[in-house]
Amino acid sequence: MSILEYNGAAIIAMAGDGCVGIAADRRLGAQLHTIATDFTKCFRMAPKLYVGLGGLATDVQTLHQLLEFRMNLYTLKEEREMTPQVFSHLLSHLLYEKRFGPYFVEPVVCGLDEKGEPFLSGMDLIGAPVTAKDFVVTGTCTGNLFGMCESLYKPKMNPDELFECLAQSLLSSVDRDSVSGWGGIVHIITKDNVITRELKGRMD
Amino acid sequence: MSEMVMNSLPVDYATETSGGFSFENATRNPMIMASKGAEYLPKLTKKTGTTICGMVYKGGVVLGADTRATSDTEVAEKNCEKIHYLAPNIYCCGAGTAADTEMITQMMASQLELLRMNTHSQSRVITACTLLKRRLFGYQGHISAALVLGGVDNINGPAVYNIAPHGSTAKLNYSTMGSGSLAAMSIFESDWKEDMSEEEAVQLVKRAIGAGIFNDLGSGSNCDICILRTDGTKDYRRNDVKPNEVAPLRALVNKSSLLSMVPGLTPTIGNPLIQPHPARVSLADVDVVMETVES
Repeated sequence: MSILEYNGAAIIAMAGDGCVGIAADRRLGAQLHTIATDFTKCFRMAPKLYVGLGGLATDVQTLHQLLEFRMNLYTLKEEREMTPQVFSHLLSHLLYEKRFGPYFVEPVVCGLDEKGEPFLSGMDLIGAPVTAKDFVVTGTCTGNLFGMCESLYKPKMNPDELFECLAQSLLSSVDRDSVSGWGGIVHIITKDNVITRELKGRMD
Repeated sequence: MSEMVMNSLPVDYATETSGGFSFENATRNPMIMASKGAEYLPKLTKKTGTTICGMVYKGGVVLGADTRATSDTEVAEKNCEKIHYLAPNIYCCGAGTAADTEMITQMMASQLELLRMNTHSQSRVITACTLLKRRLFGYQGHISAALVLGGVDNINGPAVYNIAPHGSTAKLNYSTMGSGSLAAMSIFESDWKEDMSEEEAVQLVKRAIGAGIFNDLGSGSNCDICILRTDGTKDYRRNDVKPNEVAPLRALVNKSSLLSMVPGLTPTIGNPLIQPHPARVSLADVDVVMETVES
């Protein structure tokens, strides 16, 4: 077993037409033993910017705190919000700094940039960036998630379609993975607001 | 003023000037993994199981690379960029751990830029080679970047260098690296000649990368080409050959209407939470009005 699979996670970020969405499961486990079903893996870092952290739960929370700190420092110094592109680079370098003693976290970043265009990126645990136009996934069932996204994704989805696509991709994927699931949460980021919905999923 | 406050902080995160690797978690991680019976790092990181190559021709150098990135056997990215910028006249192909090749080339690019500003002269390929090999040798192979460095400068002309992760280098007429290096080398060994034309050279590099894409499972998708000429011009052709394009095929398939979900299909708990974006107020938005105080 890999230490990245110890707590279990499934996260997808996907682009729509002038909107992006991020979906994650809610399970916190210790291998096959479920500890909590309300664990947060997606964090709002700026009004139009979310980060999803999959991997070892202790590092998910540590890294989130570190990112929050660096975001606050940036907004105080620069008096502006960080763009998703800058955030993605920051995170990548933060992870690579610990190349020889990494945080066991594989992040995805999604947000709307200054022009309101969707931005997506993913990383491995030492910050090797992956940029995609359509979707990025992370967690313990990336094979399932890739498969669902490849078949359900279509370009230029509106916020409602994007929600259904994310929700169905997530739910079907986690049902075939024993260490993730137990409900889900979906955030849709549009130019005006963020819409958050909790999913009713299998609790087994 | 702010400088002083920053420097007095005990943690270096705030200054953002420390530099170098942090070994903060290096003792913790083996402990966690030993207690959980987990396997260690190398299996977790993303690799560019790659085919990269470079060759010298009559009027410069040609570099080539495939565009697949893998994590274990999974294709993590179908169209990544493996030909990295080092200087206007020098580019570098990277194979190995994706983060290492990406970061080491970024750091070299910045070092070379600073060096150019200090010396007011063009970067030389051998300088880039020496900087890279010193860093890699210093880390004793722990930075797993296998590089093919190519460029043209006014002193030594066109050159291709092969740089191994442990820091050994070789100046070669043609070189291949990555998991597809044998497939690509077979093409060079049979057909490389001295003083080839640009057209011939590009064709040969495309064939070599093609051999990697189709015969090595760690390589795939498209072929990127970068030409650096002795006259100082260059031609970076991203996705020059796309033998594995799926988009046109997919466009032909009529997706079943079952795959388009109706809004409201997925069961949710409670009402959706709608949070409007907060209106951002900065000092620039505030009118400063001078107040006079009656004494």
